[in-house]
Amino acid sequence: MGIERHLNDTVHVTNLEWFVNWARKSSMWPLGFGLACCALEMIATFVSRYDLSRFGMEVARPSPRQADLMIVAGTASKKMLPAVLRIYEQMADPKWVIAMGACACTGGIYKNYAVVQGIDRHLPVDVYVPGCPPRPEALLDGILQLHARVMKEQSIRNPRIPRIKTTR
Amino acid sequence: MTNQETIAGKLSERFGPEVIQDTPAFRDQVTAVVARERILDVCRFLRDDPELAFDFLSFVAGVDRYPASPRFEVVYQLYSTTKNHRFRVKVLAPEESDGSASVDSVFRIWPTADWHERETAEMFGITFKGHPDPRKLLLPENWTVHPLRKDFPLEGTEELTPDLP
Ligand code: SF4
Repeated sequence: MGIERHLNDTVHVTNLEWFVNWARKSSMWPLGFGLACCALEMIATFVSRYDLSRFGMEVARPSPRQADLMIVAGTASKKMLPAVLRIYEQMADPKWVIAMGACACTGGIYKNYAVVQGIDRHLPVDVYVPGCPPRPEALLDGILQLHARVMKEQSIRNPRIPRIKTTR
Repeated sequence: MTNQETIAGKLSERFGPEVIQDTPAFRDQVTAVVARERILDVCRFLRDDPELAFDFLSFVAGVDRYPASPRFEVVYQLYSTTKNHRFRVKVLAPEESDGSASVDSVFRIWPTADWHERETAEMFGITFKGHPDPRKLLLPENWTVHPLRKDFPLEGTEELTPDLP
């Protein structure tokens, strides 16, 4: 891979927190699930044209136990919400949430009785990606913003404990 | 293929004006408005008559004419796979004093009515009498509202349509 060339057989010093953050953001595995039309753009982001694997993220996990990032891609209906929360609870810490698209951010065009008016009513959202649907570039940008955010976390001294906001 | 006027004529001839109350035509489509008490007889005739042979129920839908009276309509859209013709049957269902309405279930005639009637029932609050499995189809179990009624607030409320059970 050539990384040995950069390491130069010498000792490198860093702090543990930076290293942990770097490891986390460099292999953040998203959960492979979509709720509506936005999921198509998320899939487009995964495949070769936009190539999410550049960021160590191409392995979308089918099991929440192995995933670090939940991309809420699409319209969360109230009937679906308990399942989404169940999946989130099953993910192991540390975990992050991206709200992708107008629907996940605010309910979008569906201001009606059947749709959750923003997934942040229930999940601790880290990054909002607006658009209907957002282009893959927008999702990539959201992911890079999240990476930058992870690098700033106090993951050792003051680890955050993400929890759903509502109780059932 | 039998044309729609002929089908409506055949129905009127067989059941008379008390049962086939009206046969309005719109853009070459004829609808038979059937007395609510006799819907099962009319449907059975439509299915079993060899010339009509409506063996396929395309859908069952509801209409809320609020504030008109009778308030509700249930619409049956029929198709014959052997004769390749279509026909529409309608029943008027008045709202009772407790806000409910009811129509006989056509499940025994066309089993496909099962889910169609369940959806119409939860969306409009119309009871289908004799339905074998009258559970909700799409809405969360704990809701008691009927969202497609005209007097239902489109955006719902925290009490009536909560996010979580
Ligand atoms: S934001 Fe637009 S594209 Fe995305 S799920 Fe909602 S309606 Fe579909």
